Amino acid sequence: MSTQAFYPDQNLIAGTAAAIEVSHAVKRYGDFEAVKDVSFAVQEGEIFGLLGPNGAGKSTLIRMMTTLIPLTGGNAVVAGHDVAKEPDAVRRVIGVIPQALTSDPDLTVEENLSIYAKLYSVPKAEREKNIASVLEAVDLTKWRGAQTKTLSGGMRRRLEIARGLVHNPHIFFLDEPTTGLDPVSRIAVWEMLDNLRRTRNLTMLLTTHYMEEADKLCDRIAIVDHGTLVALGTPIELKHSVPGANVVEVHFDRETSEWKERLEGVTSVQAESAGFYRVLTSSGSRTTMQLVELAASLGETLTSLSVQNTTLDDVFVHYTGRQLRDEQVKPAAFTMPPRPGERP
Amino acid sequence: MNRMFAIVEREMRKFFRSPTLMIMSLMMPILQLLIMGNAFGGKIVGARVAVVDYDHGPQAVKIREGFDSIAVNIKTFTTVNYTDENEAREDVRTGKVDGAVIIPAQYSRRVYAQDAPRIGFVVDNSDQFTSGSLEGEMQALVTALNSPVIQPRMANAIALHIVELYPYVGYMKFLLPACVALAMYISVMIGGGMLYIDDKARGVHEGYLVTPITKLELVFGLNTAGAIKAVLSGICLTVIGSLMAGLGVIFNPMADLELLCLIIGTSIAFNGMMFLLMVRVDDPLVPRAMFGVLNLLLFYPSGAMYPITAFPAWLRAISIVDPFTYCVHGFKAILLKDGGFAAIQFDLLFLFVFGIGTLLIATPLFKRTL
Repeated sequence: MSTQAFYPDQNLIAGTAAAIEVSHAVKRYGDFEAVKDVSFAVQEGEIFGLLGPNGAGKSTLIRMMTTLIPLTGGNAVVAGHDVAKEPDAVRRVIGVIPQALTSDPDLTVEENLSIYAKLYSVPKAEREKNIASVLEAVDLTKWRGAQTKTLSGGMRRRLEIARGLVHNPHIFFLDEPTTGLDPVSRIAVWEMLDNLRRTRNLTMLLTTHYMEEADKLCDRIAIVDHGTLVALGTPIELKHSVPGANVVEVHFDRETSEWKERLEGVTSVQAESAGFYRVLTSSGSRTTMQLVELAASLGETLTSLSVQNTTLDDVFVHYTGRQLRDEQVKPAAFTMPPRPGERP
Repeated sequence: MNRMFAIVEREMRKFFRSPTLMIMSLMMPILQLLIMGNAFGGKIVGARVAVVDYDHGPQAVKIREGFDSIAVNIKTFTTVNYTDENEAREDVRTGKVDGAVIIPAQYSRRVYAQDAPRIGFVVDNSDQFTSGSLEGEMQALVTALNSPVIQPRMANAIALHIVELYPYVGYMKFLLPACVALAMYISVMIGGGMLYIDDKARGVHEGYLVTPITKLELVFGLNTAGAIKAVLSGICLTVIGSLMAGLGVIFNPMADLELLCLIIGTSIAFNGMMFLLMVRVDDPLVPRAMFGVLNLLLFYPSGAMYPITAFPAWLRAISIVDPFTYCVHGFKAILLKDGGFAAIQFDLLFLFVFGIGTLLIATPLFKRTL
């Protein structure tokens, strides 16, 4: 079911500056190609998402852009600086939040921020001001003296975000910023990131495998799979690129297929599990009525029926031929974070 | 430079927030000093020696008086009377007694006749320390018995007059230099090796690498922090150990300065060596696996426990390049002999050159990227 790649607005809008430009980026580890000829550009002030399953190459891409690993081929320019030729200039203008929680658990919130401000050579007077400002931005002011190990997962993630902002970067890279957080903390982080973008005029590039996160937070999304960029656009553009405006989820009490041939005006029917199907259609209401009638005429029992708009999951299915959530479930039992330098 | 000090600050704050780490790096060497210093430094007291007297003559009585004198004064052994030589020998074999003296029949007569008189001494040589001590006491007793009752006015035998340069060095004092070296090694291994790799695996270094810190600042920051931790550990153990062992040299300011130089040199040497070994390691299990092997490889060939001159050639070759050797030699020279800078100048030279050399080799190997 794989479809040709979709890049409606890969080139920037005329007159706007590119904060990040990645051109034909390639990363190889021996014979294994983790990133295959990926190109995209991120406009100043936008939130750009790299969406894909684990092992798609998102973290490798972000590590190349943040000078952590060298590119095997192609180039990347961040804030006008080539990452290969001017890595120090790139490091000065970016803030990076790695996937793992790396703030020191033995240090206090303020000490963690202070040490990172020093690593960025922020002058003392400015340092105090910046720390107070970022703590307020992430709502950790009253925890500034607390040891990091006493904070909850959501608060630690907020500290990581504050740490990445302590030197007032122009571009902010976030590698799976909400992984491991409960839904409430996740929404709090989304709101905080959106607020930071508006108040600090930040350009953000984040990786995620949560469709909802990409949908709600990102201005544009690049779908990455097996190291390849398969689609790029705004969430609405991506959804519109998929034939069929609605998804009808239908649940029969047993596995059945006779109705499929009689259904009219549908783009595709995908079996999810025994008796459970997702039908991509241009008209959700018409398909719903047809399904009810067909079930009655065939003597099948419908246990549930729902109509939804097209989601990014449908977009992912459309472009890769499989579901993003399947990819997430497989390694979810226990996954060690990759060691530095290890293949993603 | 400020960025380098930020790394040092982070490491030191972390170090002082983990008192367990500090205590554990000092605990093992202090326990070693306490237990081994007392266990190996003592003399044999209260051993049991069987006496089988087939003679009962005046010379046999003289021997028994000698035994009584030992039992009352130096207390190395007490005697148990046996009537059967075979029974005494069997009891030595089974461990009921530690040795058996056989005074043969006609012993007194042969002494008077100057007819090569002999006393038998059966020992359990599977325990060389006990048998050696008993043999020493018996030899001293026999020498005393052989001495003429009336001393000649002019001594006709050659005598060895031993002059001891230093006061008696107990085993705990002897062991102290090795324990200081060991404490510093453990501090470097835990504080420099294991924590460094753990931080790497947890992604802490990834956080550093995205900042504008240079490779040199990062390397020197990590190593300065590691060296400071080892210096603190070395100072603590030198002071605590000297007080435990009763060494007053630490109250001499000049000796303190010499010890400080030695501690700094050792810290730099150990840290440089550890950084070179760990610079390309990513797996947290590696330093843990290396800990024991490296300890064995560096500690024992250093002459800390046994003199290097007694080693075979291959082991001497290891001791020549082993920084422990120079650390232990230097600490012995100051703590036990108060030998001054002249006694440790070569040790200091080696330790500083070794430390800086290993650091210079490790720096280009350090990767600024993941």
